[in-house]
Amino acid sequence: MEVAAPEAIAKYEPVIGLEVHVQLATQTKIFCGCPTSFGAPPNTNVCPVCLGLPGALPVLAREAVELAMKAALALNCTINPSSQFARKNYFYPDLPKGYQISQFDRPLAEHGYLDINVDGAKKRIGVTRVHMEDDAGKSVHDGFKDSDQYSYVDLNRCGMPLIEIVSEPDMRSADEAHAYLTEIKQVLQFVESSTCDMEKGHLRCDANVSVRLRGAEKFGTRAEVKNLNSFRFLKAAVDYEIARQVAIVEAGGVILLETRLYNSDTGVTIGMRSKEQAHDYRYFPEPDLVPLRIGDEWRSRVKASMPEVPSAKRARFMGSYGLREYDAQVLTLTRPMSDYYEQVVDASGDPKTAANWVMGDLAGALKAAGKEIEESPVSAAHLGELVKLMGKGDISGKLAKEIFPKMFATGEPASVIMEREGLRQISDSSALEKIVDDVIAANPKQAEQYRNGKTTVLGFFVGQVMKASRGQANPATLNEIIQRKLS
Amino acid sequence: MSLTEKEVRYVADLANLKLNPDELERMVADLGEILGHMDRLGEINTDDVAPMAQVLYEADISSTLRADVPRETLGNQAALANAPLSGSGYFKVPLVIERS
Repeated sequence: MEVAAPEAIAKYEPVIGLEVHVQLATQTKIFCGCPTSFGAPPNTNVCPVCLGLPGALPVLAREAVELAMKAALALNCTINPSSQFARKNYFYPDLPKGYQISQFDRPLAEHGYLDINVDGAKKRIGVTRVHMEDDAGKSVHDGFKDSDQYSYVDLNRCGMPLIEIVSEPDMRSADEAHAYLTEIKQVLQFVESSTCDMEKGHLRCDANVSVRLRGAEKFGTRAEVKNLNSFRFLKAAVDYEIARQVAIVEAGGVILLETRLYNSDTGVTIGMRSKEQAHDYRYFPEPDLVPLRIGDEWRSRVKASMPEVPSAKRARFMGSYGLREYDAQVLTLTRPMSDYYEQVVDASGDPKTAANWVMGDLAGALKAAGKEIEESPVSAAHLGELVKLMGKGDISGKLAKEIFPKMFATGEPASVIMEREGLRQISDSSALEKIVDDVIAANPKQAEQYRNGKTTVLGFFVGQVMKASRGQANPATLNEIIQRKLS
Repeated sequence: MSLTEKEVRYVADLANLKLNPDELERMVADLGEILGHMDRLGEINTDDVAPMAQVLYEADISSTLRADVPRETLGNQAALANAPLSGSGYFKVPLVIERS
């Protein structure tokens, strides 16, 4: 397939909308009590409901509704007081009921938005709707000795609780699509609607892509690109699709309204030959489920239980804590990260130093140990205490840096380690003065230089005293004492 | 209201049904009668009635939702018991190449 040159692509504006499927973090499937555990042997987490056996009836899990509501609220959507499940009919071996239970003309929530940041520019992406649906099973096409004759079907995934988040066609580059999906993932992880674990297929994405000449009003014909199960693939597939479409339009061709599959091995999208009728899903209201009614009381209760979303947290970290934007972004990357940081702030009362330690020494030690912040041997309370001790002048920054690795290795608080190792900041001036006297006496040449106006040797003396005191001298009082003694 | 043969063939195709000429003729008549009955229902004045998908409309919300507590599953053996073809714990079906 031919793709257009960058000069040609530059004449066009891509128009991108995403459909994101997210698996909700429930214990059970959406319409039956089968567990949602990942990696179970094939066809074990199944029951008459999710196998689509005759007569089995679906019953909606309340928790699935609440997690979907949280997601919808976090995406600034309006939750409809009454929504309706509908059957989407099609035949496929991994869909034993012969239909997917989804929502069609009356979705759970609508009219939302999500703000993204690309190259420092803020942009608002519209969220058309959020609706609930069940997942299909999984077909395995290779890996068995008779894979040339049969497909293998595992129905464990059948009935897994999903929401589909449909965006407006508001994105204008692969980077914006990437930023939007990143923000969705972060927001849903924060409100704990989903773990968004892409390797487990908890976050999947289809992209609707079209191109139009820059300045044109009318959208071009779109192609729907499926199978974008990583951030890298999303970006690569959208970029490829833009180049492919521009090449066709530039050559005077016509874009087909079609579904295309992204092949991550070759990096290209391939049109799927699908029968015309396959798109007639004959939606109709699901007669086995009553309309989902969400009253003010229920909505308010869920709303009240919502944690702060990342964008609000970032704004607060910058506004109240005085953090730089970059730091605020790093510290809100994940919920555990921001929770940890806030606990350090609470314990220390010093947001900026806390930020430096969480992003610096702690992040470095965690990385070296191959650990996540949830597994940190140094608890947030302990790190907060360390920061507080520094703030009070009980220990120097140098001493703190010496103590921290020991805290990381043992999980003990700073106070215990200092006690055991006899590490204590010497603030007592008589003790300090004695050390300073010794150091000055041992370095008469440098003392002379200082007296002759070379004040830069002050640093030399501070270093020597620190060394002599094993880093335990209080730097604040130290400077003053040395200066006094030298003059 | 009546259906054309073409419409009946289209609907049958969507439902994966193969109709012989006799069946096709009968379905055109039967489905036409069913739709005729629907037309009669359409004569009732429903101006003041909100559209509804089923009659359980006023059921209490708590009686239609389930707690998120896992239940016993069917297990692999029972799940596959009626499968025409199975292997390695999977249902086996004729090769599937593509989906839409």
